[in-house]
Formats: sequence, structure tokens, C-alpha cells
Amino acid sequence: MKNWLKIVAVVLLFYVHIGGMLFDVPRLNILNETVRALYFHVPMWFGMVLLFLLSVYYSIMYLRNPTQRLDYLAVEYANAGLLFGILGMLTGMLWANYAWGSPWHGDPKQNGAAIALLVYLAYFVLRGSVENDEQRGRLSAVYNIFAFAAMVPLIFIIPRMTSSMHPGSGGNPGFNMYDLDNRMRLIFYPAVIAWFLIGVWIVSIRVKVRTLEEKILELEHGKTY
Amino acid sequence: MEKLIKNILRVALLFVSAVAYGQADPEMADVMRSEGKIYVVVGIILIVLTGLVVYLFMLDRKVKRLETLLGEKNSPSK
Repeated sequence: MKNWLKIVAVVLLFYVHIGGMLFDVPRLNILNETVRALYFHVPMWFGMVLLFLLSVYYSIMYLRNPTQRLDYLAVEYANAGLLFGILGMLTGMLWANYAWGSPWHGDPKQNGAAIALLVYLAYFVLRGSVENDEQRGRLSAVYNIFAFAAMVPLIFIIPRMTSSMHPGSGGNPGFNMYDLDNRMRLIFYPAVIAWFLIGVWIVSIRVKVRTLEEKILELEHGKTY
Repeated sequence: MEKLIKNILRVALLFVSAVAYGQADPEMADVMRSEGKIYVVVGIILIVLTGLVVYLFMLDRKVKRLETLLGEKNSPSK
């Protein structure tokens, strides 16, 4: 990852954390100041979807041209996406406790997101259960495509078809409801970009570590045989 | 040694003067105390964020160093 992108991510993050806490937000009942949580909770999910999208892209590339590096990229993007998803789930539960009355409401959006995360957890279970490198790469790449295809309706479609309390779902408008004058977009979109870039950065480090690990194993192999 | 003691005394004096100043002017309304002390929270969040970012940068550098190290080790054998 390019160094200037890292700096852009860090600068945007600082802007988001200062602006998110201090800039004006719409005054709303029940939500009150917690409307600011939108700057920190929703970018986790946007980041997760973007990282999963890259993961499935590298999985498809792997199926077309199976190289170790593409497999690593697919795994690590899924890994970082899962991290973001878990953080999004935890922040959402804390927010729901005060906006809806309890941390787990069985809301379609919450259930869908939980199932999607479980589907992705199964991806790692699958990877852990296959010994052969090529077989693991191929199987998990195919499963990754399925996981992405399952996540989209679980998070974006089903909650919109039923009644849900989550903004942007059935019977509820999206966050257009809040940003009466586009004030919130000025922080929300930079937050999405910043967290996504941080995710890409983490992935780049983890892919490097994996590559190093493989090189070391190769070296040891060369010594013993 | 003498220099050290002098420096310690200087720092102590600084603290004493700060405390004395605080007592003399209790109505200090600086930024960190205004608006329900929200700026304190912002400061705390920024400290955590800075720590994490610096940590990520250091991790990045460490991995890069390992990469070059392994590259050097690898090249003469091949």
C-alpha cells in the first residue's frame, strides 16, 4: 500500500473523530447525541462490505489463475472484513440498547447481519479443515463467492422487505432522515473512506507476514532436504 | 549532578506556580472545561487513535524490515 494513502487515511480519521464529536448534528428525539454514532457505527459496515467485495474479487481471480498471492489476498480481505463486521455488530448493540431498549432486538437487520457474519466465519472453518493448499484455495474461493452472494440479501434485501426498526430498512428511511442539510454527509463519507483504507492497510501488512512465513518455511525446507 | 538537581527544582517550581495560579484565578474558563467538557473526551479519543495509528505504522515498518532481512538472507543462497 502506498504511503500517501496511509497518511490520507490517518488525516481523515482524525478529521472524522474531531468533527464527529464536535460539529453540529440534527436534534432528534430518543437519539439525541447518539446520532453521532452514525459516524462510527455505519462506516464499519460499509468498510466490511467493501473489504468483502475485494475478497470475492480476489477469489474469482484465484479461480481464473490460482496463485498463492491471490489466495492470501482473498483470505486477508475476508479476515479484515470480519473484524469490521464484529466491531459494527458490537457498536450496533450498544447503540440499540439506548435507541431501541435492548442490545439484541431480533430485528431483521440485526439477525441478517449476524447470519452473514456466521456465513463468513464458516469460510474460515472451511479453510482450517483442508490440508492441501490447492484444494483449500479452490474450495474456499468457491465458498467465498457463495458467502458474498448470501450476505447481500441478508443485509440489504431481507431487512427492507419486512418491518425493521433499523434506519434504511423496511418502513424506515435511510439516514437521509437525519441529514436535513447534508451536514452529516461531510463527516460520514470521509469516515467510510478512512476506515476502508485502514482495512486495506491491515490487509497489506497481514499479506506480507503470510508471504514471509512461506519464505521462511521454504528456506527451512531447503536446509533439511 | 548539580545540573540535575537544578532541573528538578525548576520543574517543581513550575508545578508550584501552576497550582498557585490555579488558586488565584478559579474562574479559568479554558477550552477543555467548556461545554460539558466534551473536549476532554475528544482529547482522550484522539490519544487512543494516535496510539493505534503509531502502532500500525511501527508494525508496518517492522514487517518491511523483516522482508529486507529475509531478502538478503535468501539472495546469496540462490
